[in-house]
Amino acid sequence: MAIGTSTDLGSGPAAGPGLVPAAGPARQPRLRLPRSPKVLIGLAGMIGFLTLAVIGPWIAPYDPDRSFSTTASFPQPPSAAHLLGTTQQQQDVLSQLLAGGRSTVLVAFVAGLVATLLSVLIGVTAGYTGGAADDLLSMLANLFLIMPALPLLIVIFGFLPPSQGGDDLLIGLIIAVTGWAFGARVLRAQTLSLRSRDYVESARITGERGWRIITHEILPNLIPVLASSFLFTVLYGVGTYTALAFLGLVNPNHWSWGGMLFYAQVAGAEQSGYWWLFLPPGLAVALLGTALALLNFGIDEFINPRLRAAGLSRRRARLAGAGGTAARPPRRFVLGVTPVVRGREPR
Amino acid sequence: MTAGQAPAAPARATAWRPLLEVRGLCVDYGAGPDAVHAVAGADLTLHAGEVLGLAGESGSGKSTLAYAITRLLRAPGMITGGSVDYHPEPGRTVDLLAAGESGLRVLRWSQISVVMQSAMNALNPVLSIGSQLTDVLRAHQPALGKAGAQDRAAGLLAMVGISADRLGSHPHQLSGGMRQRVMIAMALALEPQIVIMDEPTTALDVVTQRDILEELMELRARLGFAVLFITHDLSLLIEIADSIAVMYAGRLVERADATALFRAPRHPYTLGLLRSFPALHGPRQHLTGIPGSPPDLRGLPAGCVFHPRCRYALDRCRTDAPALLPLAEDGGRLAACWLQHGAAAAPAELAVPAPGADLAAAPTVRTQP
Amino acid sequence: MRVISRRIGFYLITAIAAITVDFLIPRVMPGNPVEAVLAKMQGQVVTKATLHALELQFGSSTSEGLWGQYVHYWSNLLHGNLGISTSNGLVPVTTVIRGALPWTIGLVGTATVISFILGTLLGVLVAWRRGGWLDTLLPATTFFQAAPYFFLAFLAIDLFSIRLGWFPPGSARNNLDFPAFDWAYAGDVLDHAVLPALTIVVASAAGWIVGMRNVMITTMDEDYVLIAQAKGLPKQRVVWYAARNAILPSISGFSLAIGFVVSGALLTEIVFSYPGLGFIMLTAVQDADYALLQGIFLVITMAVLVANLAADFVYVFLDPRIRQEA
Repeated sequence: MAIGTSTDLGSGPAAGPGLVPAAGPARQPRLRLPRSPKVLIGLAGMIGFLTLAVIGPWIAPYDPDRSFSTTASFPQPPSAAHLLGTTQQQQDVLSQLLAGGRSTVLVAFVAGLVATLLSVLIGVTAGYTGGAADDLLSMLANLFLIMPALPLLIVIFGFLPPSQGGDDLLIGLIIAVTGWAFGARVLRAQTLSLRSRDYVESARITGERGWRIITHEILPNLIPVLASSFLFTVLYGVGTYTALAFLGLVNPNHWSWGGMLFYAQVAGAEQSGYWWLFLPPGLAVALLGTALALLNFGIDEFINPRLRAAGLSRRRARLAGAGGTAARPPRRFVLGVTPVVRGREPR
Repeated sequence: MTAGQAPAAPARATAWRPLLEVRGLCVDYGAGPDAVHAVAGADLTLHAGEVLGLAGESGSGKSTLAYAITRLLRAPGMITGGSVDYHPEPGRTVDLLAAGESGLRVLRWSQISVVMQSAMNALNPVLSIGSQLTDVLRAHQPALGKAGAQDRAAGLLAMVGISADRLGSHPHQLSGGMRQRVMIAMALALEPQIVIMDEPTTALDVVTQRDILEELMELRARLGFAVLFITHDLSLLIEIADSIAVMYAGRLVERADATALFRAPRHPYTLGLLRSFPALHGPRQHLTGIPGSPPDLRGLPAGCVFHPRCRYALDRCRTDAPALLPLAEDGGRLAACWLQHGAAAAPAELAVPAPGADLAAAPTVRTQP
Repeated sequence: MRVISRRIGFYLITAIAAITVDFLIPRVMPGNPVEAVLAKMQGQVVTKATLHALELQFGSSTSEGLWGQYVHYWSNLLHGNLGISTSNGLVPVTTVIRGALPWTIGLVGTATVISFILGTLLGVLVAWRRGGWLDTLLPATTFFQAAPYFFLAFLAIDLFSIRLGWFPPGSARNNLDFPAFDWAYAGDVLDHAVLPALTIVVASAAGWIVGMRNVMITTMDEDYVLIAQAKGLPKQRVVWYAARNAILPSISGFSLAIGFVVSGALLTEIVFSYPGLGFIMLTAVQDADYALLQGIFLVITMAVLVANLAADFVYVFLDPRIRQEA
């Protein structure tokens, strides 16, 4: 929380608002996502995890709570019967992994949705209205932004009776309350810049109502930023929920990846080399996060085309050179040394 | 060669020798089938001590040409053909297109410097004016030392009428006019032979514009550098330029001495430009402008690129592109138009006799009455 | 300076808000915290004084109204009284925190600074050498950004400690030794700190790298960078001119991200059994030591505010335009 944040940054994927594409008045910017590999992988990953969330518990080979032996006291390494081994309580790890996906994904998306709604409400209102309301709402957003979210959530969940610690919806809501502030700031900045555009000014002068202007002129142009903000918040939700579960603040009877890591910690997995206890859930969280981040990158590059991997892609360079004896255009452009690429007849 | 013109200021004895020769320069943005040909086959010669104006509409490629010459064009621009030869002394040639990064580094600023349109953007906002003046000095003339560089920087500021106590100021603390002056001082720090000015006064109000231009011409007379002055404002060039080159859609269409161009244009586009602004004196004219709009560089018309907007277009113009060729008359004029090089006679407006010998003898006056 | 004083004013408000939130939560949550605490304290002697202190802490005593309790809470706070820690043998919360804080500041503070510097430098490099092989690093950084800190901690221990045996698997020092100000002790502490610090650096550097890269790319499009090249300045100077400007949004980003980094670092401490705030936070959660939890929350918030203030000072120092305004 500091001075001069005209280009916002987070420790998350570059959440720079950059430039809103100069779409005109009330024209839906065409949602042409660039077909870069990043976006495709991210999209595929996200769809994969969403599917897992839905069908996970059904395709699990065993009941995740079921204990397979009362005699063995150590976690068993992967075997034919248990593809990912067993926990200390002799429960099947794979089943837990598949079942745990649902609550993680659910909580994260609920958090993302609610937080995005809140951020739109507060951010756009602040940016459009201006004046005292803007000052107040901005102050509120900055407050939430600066207060460290996880410690606050730990205190909240610490005081929460265990019975309610298992309600995914409630958890998602509480997480959302701590996560809306960043999106609100970004949206406010964009709304401010859009508000001064000519077509919005003219709409105001001709007497269009405020809320109509917001929904018809401003919101459509905010869609890319909204999408990026949503993904970022979902990413935040995944991380935060996993952390809370890892600390044992979430009802342990409710399977989640963070919970699996909690039990891994209890079993001393890292000290004893029981890698199958922490690697699968941790990797799952990391991969889900990576998919979201890649998708977010793709949207960021769409918003700010300068961020695309520079130079020419190999394919385009090949095409360029295909027209005869032309020298290949350089893959890397060095600032201040314009390349000289001969092979073209002067017209 | 522009015969009959008064030689440049006494600081440089070598007057009117070619300093920079550009032949057939082609610049593209992007590569492959989607490439945009921003400059196609430009021929340009800048002489020592000359003020050459480069005029044209937005998107005509004038800035592209200037930056390409110095290899400062940003990605995805690239030079795809032609040659750029710089002659620092008679008999020595430097091929600017073949120069590598280190070769360019030595040449830059000491031989060729740049003044940009917006000084607010061209000056580093977090560094002081003084350090932005001394960094070039320290880089190119390390023998000066820190104190020597400081003194020289103060001298540079004095040259443009700014007091030395501003050395510690930052760009945002100066007015627009002052910033532009600082840019000019910066550009002259190493006493280059060529200064390229990209619309240096467009962003300023008219009064400041006049002041700066006057100072500039004074400095030019004193130090004798050549200027490549890029602008869309032809009326400005009439006053300060020795010669003017007109660009359209990435091509040079005419080049002549300033007065000759103004009084006796030879290309229909030039004529159109001249008729787009009113003269302060003389009878009231009907402003005609030029019908249509500049073409999209991706879809240029066949033949002469200007023919769709030209009221004098011949059939030949639709199919054959005219080359920039010298005109038969005296004065080293060039024009790319079938009306001038074809069999038929040019229309009267384009065949006005050029200002004659009486003007040739008089030294070109720079300061305004 | 006006700008700085405005920031300080804002931080004071935030501090007050945090304290108020801390005060309100036990009173707003369903359930009776005092009973929960007592339930966990089976086996310990509970005096009347302790009971009374607990009730004051959590607001179950009905003798004072809400406002009265609030005032009382504030007065306690200003006297340095954060309550009694029930999971650590009924010692004051402040004692517990004071024991753990130096470890956290040492580890997290150092790791964060290293990570920021490293990430920023790498970001500049990646931006300058665009289109080169460094760009291939970028997808890898997204993985490290998405992976939870504590997962990376697990990996680190498993790989470097257990399998490779390079570093000890946990704790801040060999617990059998008494702390002493000699090189052996210092060496031991460092030895134990490498893995946790490494984990924090790897987990957070990715964010700085990407952030700095993006800002540098935008900055390199500015005219003054082109002019720097046109001046024929040596390459390092041109990069410096650009980076000197690009660092400003990066510092703002630092302020935004510091909360995340601290949270992640605390979780890392837990995995490494590092005796910092994170570790005692876990035991507080498990033993329902609410007073300690509240105290930790306050301390962390204050630390984040101080870090923000420091970043603001640095920003003002680096940007002459803001200095002008002040």
